[in-house]
Formats: sequence, structure tokens, C-alpha cells
Amino acid sequence: MSAEDTMRRPGAAAVAPHPVIGAAPVPREPSPLAAWFSDGWITTRRNLIKIKRVPDVLVFTTLQPIMFVLLFSYVYAGSIEIPGSDYKEFIMAGIFAQTVVFGATWSGYATAQDIRDGIIDRFRTLPMRPSAVLVGRTNGDLLINCISMVVMIATGLVVGWRVRSSLLEGVAGVLLLLVFAYALSWVFVFIGLTVRSPEVINNVSFIVLFPITFISNAFVPSENLPTPLRVFAEWNPVSALVLAARQLFGNIPPQMQVGDTWPLQNPVLAVLIGIVVLLAVFVPLSVWRFGRIGSRA
Amino acid sequence: MAFVEAADLHVTYHPRKAPEVRALDGLSLDVPAGTVFGLLGPNGAGKSTTVKVLTTLIRADSGTARIDGIDVREHPDEIRRRIGVSGQYAAVDENLSAIENLDMVGRLYHLTRGDSRRRADELVELFDLGEAKNRPVKGFSGGMRRRIDLACALVIAPAVLFLDEPTTGLDPRSRLGMWEVIERLASTGTTVLLTTQYLEEADRLADDIAVIDRGKVIARGTADALKARIGGRRVQLTLVSPDDLPVARAALERVGTGTPEVSAEGRGLSVTVAEGAAELSRVLGELESAGVALYDAGMQRPTLDDVFLRLTGHMAADEDGQETEGRRAS
Ligand SMILES: Nc1ncnc2c1ncn2[C@@H]1O[C@H](COP(=O)(O)OP(=O)(O)OP(=O)(O)O)[C@@H](O)[C@H]1O
Ligand SMILES: [Mg+2]
Repeated sequence: MSAEDTMRRPGAAAVAPHPVIGAAPVPREPSPLAAWFSDGWITTRRNLIKIKRVPDVLVFTTLQPIMFVLLFSYVYAGSIEIPGSDYKEFIMAGIFAQTVVFGATWSGYATAQDIRDGIIDRFRTLPMRPSAVLVGRTNGDLLINCISMVVMIATGLVVGWRVRSSLLEGVAGVLLLLVFAYALSWVFVFIGLTVRSPEVINNVSFIVLFPITFISNAFVPSENLPTPLRVFAEWNPVSALVLAARQLFGNIPPQMQVGDTWPLQNPVLAVLIGIVVLLAVFVPLSVWRFGRIGSRA
Repeated sequence: MAFVEAADLHVTYHPRKAPEVRALDGLSLDVPAGTVFGLLGPNGAGKSTTVKVLTTLIRADSGTARIDGIDVREHPDEIRRRIGVSGQYAAVDENLSAIENLDMVGRLYHLTRGDSRRRADELVELFDLGEAKNRPVKGFSGGMRRRIDLACALVIAPAVLFLDEPTTGLDPRSRLGMWEVIERLASTGTTVLLTTQYLEEADRLADDIAVIDRGKVIARGTADALKARIGGRRVQLTLVSPDDLPVARAALERVGTGTPEVSAEGRGLSVTVAEGAAELSRVLGELESAGVALYDAGMQRPTLDDVFLRLTGHMAADEDGQETEGRRAS
């Protein structure tokens, strides 16, 4: 017996209508805004399920900041002098900033991973808003950063860090860090869509973010650095971010020199401008890139 | 009326650090509503690229593609509301369970929460994923992955279902199961465009077949028409001694539908036949009474290799050697 002779497809009459198609519901056509919110929520939910199901990310993003807080406040606290303050107070904003900045790289990693897994191709054949996939991505990573933040704040409070300003300003400082990291997530989403290899994202973040976070005022006052590094640190956006948080937490002693550059003189404003610029550039760029993934070879 | 139609599609890939590849080079096809269309071709023929153009994943450099009269390039969103796609590689979220994947797809088609959930439950049963429905897809076998991916393509009743090599990598039993699903779908009147490397599969499932090679259609027709063109089955003999060649050739000539082909060393012969087994036994009988010793004898169904050898052979003759021109754009 061969398939060729004996098993021609039976005609429609031979087979009863099959429920595979018969029972299928009819899609709605919601308004664009409703569709966008719904799509954004569905893709966010997908990332939340992933956080729950693959807890490695969460373990890493909570353990690492605890380690940093403990190591820096106990190992270096004795040997680094901060005039008029305590190294623990000084360092905390630096650790917060470093952690959320690195946290933003997950967005790029996961985007590249999604392309590799092919799930992006599924999304791109569905009648969803293309930007929703990316919104879901960055929302998921914002949540991870929020969790890291809570863990770090708790650890910080345990080792003796205090917000010296007001509760409101303290909250503002935390929000500023998170929103900046969110904006940075979009930069990494764009990189993820462009390089399409999770490993490359890891290398990029390692090679770029380590110098940027360490050659800054995050862990040592920038005026202690040799001149070329000091100049770099004073223009470094991470320095502005750290300083803005430090200022809002009230962790800057009056006698401390912060640097003469405009971003360091107006750190909160500088960070806000940075956030707006990053979002204004990288959100549209990423959405555009997303629409063209397949046509790249 | 063609429901899915593509006219003169060209797609060139520009890989980094590699010469560019002309994946589609003037491909045209048309699929009438309610039929199953098979796109048959070897590796690299351009099957997936064709599917990607029609499913809005990539834009053709030139040419037009329409589904139900809607231009794929101009109105991708309209197209996406009407199609179901199961690509060559399963496009599912590894960390979600079968149910969660289907529900996510349903919600992204903008089904209501209830509809989407119900449909997901229904599909896992229909596709025999009941026991695995709450496990992450990560742990699924290749066949289960294929099924969940196909189920994702059927969350709504698509006007056109695209299946890119739906049975590649499946074991024979899973392949049969997949064929049955596709047949049942076809029997409900869904328009299906499927690609395959297997002639047998196209033969069984498709009403109409386009053989593609190097980015264009090189033959088009029903399975029977193509087989007739290719020459259907062959009776094949290997002689112990080349001295018997004339007798054997004469015997094959009498049963065959074409002129027998003889291998270079003069011991292997074959001829196309109308039916198969009957001709083979006649030849064997005649040769036995003539006292011809055979090393081997048998029947051969046309393979994809035969299809291509023959079709590209004809094309080269018909079209003045067009086929031998390079496909690499330079
Ligand atoms: N993203 C890409 N970048 C570069 N070249 C590509 C890309 N995708 C496909 N190609 C090339 O285009 C040609 C057609 O590819 P396509 O995937 O359409 O073939 P196919 O018929 O689906 O083959 P297969 O049976 O292997 O799936 C091949 O030569 C392939 O190498
Ligand atoms: Mg393919």
C-alpha cells in the first residue's frame, strides 16, 4: 500500500465539519487605544509569568544588590573617607544606580532571546500593536528593577543608611532611578533588536557599563580621581544620576565638592532631560526597528 | 478566483559578510479559495521566504502579494486578522504552558477573555495536549511543539492557513497525525498553503502543487499531472551481465511508457511505467523465460530528486539554458 494510490484526500462530504475551525471565535476590532493597552498588558503578563517561572533572574537581581550593599558598606567603609559623612550614606545611591542601570540590560538580552526563540515571528503575524511587545518587555524589566530596589532599600536601612531629607524626596529619588533605568531599557531593547544575539548584549553591557558606572562618582567622590578620569566622571550621565539620587536622599554633606559641570550642578534636571531624550529617541527607533526585523539578514 | 495571489515576487537577502542571496526571483502563484496548495521544493528553494512575504514577516523588494484582494504590503494589519501561521520553526513562548501560549495568542487576536480561554481549552484537547497543557513548552517533544504551534495558528478560524514544512522532523506516526489534522481542516473549506520537501506529502494533501526552485515556480499542476510529467513510477533492473542488455531493453520497451534509460556501465536499466507492480512482474516473467540473470530488480516511485532532475532538465532545454545562469546576484 502506498499513500500515493490509496489515500487521496477524502472529499468534504466524507468528513464531518470539524470543530477545529467550526468553534473558533471571531476576533473583535477594538479601538486602537484599547488594543494598545490590551496588547501591552498581555505581553507584560507574559514577562511576569516568566519571572515567576524562571526565578534565576529574580534571585540574581535581588542577591547581587544585597551583596553589593554589604560588601561596600563593610569592606570599604573603613578605608574611604567621606568628609562630613559616612561612606555607607555616600555609597548607597551609587549602588542603587549601578544596580538599576545593569538591570536595564535585561531588556536587551531578553529581546534578543525572543528573536532567537522565534516568538517574535509569532507576534509579528498577529494583529497586535507592534510597540506592545516592547512595552511588555520594558514593563517586565521595570518590575524586576522595582523588586531589586525594595531589596536594596531594606538592606541599606539594615546596615544604617538613612534618608536625611524628607520621605517625599526619598521617594522622588527612588522614582528618578527607576524611571531613568526604564528609559535605558529602551536603549537596550533597540540594541537587542539590532544585534539579535543575547551573548553580544551581555558583552556590550559588560564593556560599556562597567567603565561608565565605575568611572563616576558612584563609589568614590569624583574629585579624588586623576584629571582625565575626573573629567570623564563629571560629564558621565551616571554621575548625574547618582548625584541626583544622593541629593534627593539628603546624603550629600554640605562641605562636599560635587563638580562644576552643568549636569552636576543641576543633577535632577539633567537626569529628567536625559530621560526625556532617551525615550523620545529610542522608543520610536525601537518600534521602527521591530517592524523591520525580518527584512534584515 | 484566486484567494491568495503573488505576482513576480523578488526578495534578495543581504547577509553581513556574505554574498547576497536572491531568494525569490520572480515567483508567482495563485491559490483558489477553499483549496490546499502545496509549495514543493528542496532546501533553499525559497519556500519559507514566500511564506514570510505572504504572512507580512518580510517585505518583498518588488512584486505584489494579495490575500482576499488585500495587499500584504499596504495593509499588513488587515492581513494579520485573517491568517493563521505555523512557521518552519515553532514560534511559541518556551516559558509559558500550552494553555498560556494559546490564551496569549487569543488575546492578541483581541478575543474576549472568556472566548480566548475557552478556545485555548478546546484546542489543547483537539491537539491531544491535554495532559501537558499546564507544563511549560520548554519540556515538550518536537511533535508536541509542532502541534502547539499549529494550534496557535488556529485560535481564530483563519481565512488562510500557512504551514511551513508542517511535518519536517516528525516521526512517521506524528506525521500521519498531522496529515489527518490538515485533511480535516481542508475538509471544512479552509484555504491552506503548505510547503514541503516531500512529494508524497504534497501528493496526499494538496489539490494543486507548485514546484519551486531557486526562487521561481518551475512546474505547476495537480499531483497527477506532475507525476505524469515526471514519468510516474519506474521499473528498474540490474543485470548480472551486460551481454543481456538488448533482451532486457526490449522487455522494458514493451511495458514502459517511455524509452528505457541505461546506466553508463550497461548493467542498470530503468523505464517509466503507467502502473508499477503489474509491469514489473511481466518483465520478470519474460526475462526469466529468456534466461536473463538479474542481480536486482524493483520498482521505484519518483523522488523529489527525480522531480528536480527532470523538471530542471526540461527547463534548461525549453528555456534556452536560463536555469544554468547564476542565481547569486552579482
Ligand atoms: N535571513 C536570511 N539571510 C540570508 N539568506 C537567507 C535568509 N533566509 C533565507 N536565506 C537564503 O535564501 C534562500 C531561500 O531560503 P528559504 O528559507 O526561503 O528556503 P526554503 O525553501 O524554505 O528552504 P528550507 O527547505 O531549507 O527551509 C536560501 O538560499 C537561504 O540560504
Ligand atoms: Mg524553509
